[in-house]
Amino acid sequence: MCATCGCGPASHDHEHGHDHTHQQSKGKKVIDVEQDILQENNLLAQRNRGFFEGRNILAINLVSSPGSGKTSLLERTLTDLKGELEFAVIEGDQQTANDADRIHATGTKVTQINTGKGCHLDAHMVLHAVQGMKLKPDSVLFIENVGNLVCPAMFDLGESERAVVISVTEGEDKPLKYPDMFHSSTLCIINKTDLLPYVKFDVEKAKEYARKVNPSLEIIELSCTSGEGMDLWYDWLKSKVLTPA
Amino acid sequence: MHELSIAMGIVDLAAAQAAKHDALVIEEIELDIGCLSGIEMESFDFAWKQAIKRTILETATRKVNRIEGKAHCLECGCYFDMQHLYDSCPDCNSHFSEILSGKELKVRSLVLPD
Repeated sequence: MCATCGCGPASHDHEHGHDHTHQQSKGKKVIDVEQDILQENNLLAQRNRGFFEGRNILAINLVSSPGSGKTSLLERTLTDLKGELEFAVIEGDQQTANDADRIHATGTKVTQINTGKGCHLDAHMVLHAVQGMKLKPDSVLFIENVGNLVCPAMFDLGESERAVVISVTEGEDKPLKYPDMFHSSTLCIINKTDLLPYVKFDVEKAKEYARKVNPSLEIIELSCTSGEGMDLWYDWLKSKVLTPA
Repeated sequence: MHELSIAMGIVDLAAAQAAKHDALVIEEIELDIGCLSGIEMESFDFAWKQAIKRTILETATRKVNRIEGKAHCLECGCYFDMQHLYDSCPDCNSHFSEILSGKELKVRSLVLPD
């Protein structure tokens, strides 16, 4: 089950014992299970969330398709805001520690999770990653999910915010094609705006589509290459960090 | 292919239930899968075959209840059928809606030999 500690489903058993049996004819019995299939993940996610809230850690789950610039956005953010905010990063990829190396080069604490064949992070993986990180109170934890606009949508990691990144080199109809991700996100970052003169990407259409799926989605346009719009992202980030009382 | 994780999750959940009732085999499993739950049924069927191999569910009959998407418009208050997450209210065209059903993803019941 778990590649990190070898714990199996039995060690994460959160039964509530609500099942009821009915006798059926011809020696069969029906058991009313009524259990959410994602229950185990959701319970672990709530456990992570409680841990983050107790330490006033802002956990942000960064999701996108591969190549939209999640790691570049992090590199620039970690460098620009160094000294202003305390950061830590969890990197999720199927293979390699390349992204963790890039984050490490900025001087930020980072842990790499390799999912192997897995197409998404789950709350259990994050739980174990966090156990080894000694996260500081009042800090920001970025969780960079596996580049995939489908599967990570279903798995709550215990994050406070979910930020979906799309870039202008993709189609503006991404929100309609992958609605689950946009529906479950709180922030949408439209990245690589410095390339707008060279590509056929309609920013207004992309925003309209994203808001069709999720009317309360906040949207920030930026380029982590030119730096345009980064101040909006930093303002958003700082507005979400609760200053300690 | 999160459908494989989901299918494996079902196997774990069913195995735990069967063990609690000292059953060695599950004859039938009934699932609720909402139409807005993000599960692609074709992928799920494919993943299911792999996930149940050599498990307690290998010979079980699988029954799936597909739950239709229903929503409540937060602007005008009407109730409507939702096929896609981006569907707007048919009356006022607003996208501000609350999903009432269609997100279900659960194991409803098991049939075990007595």
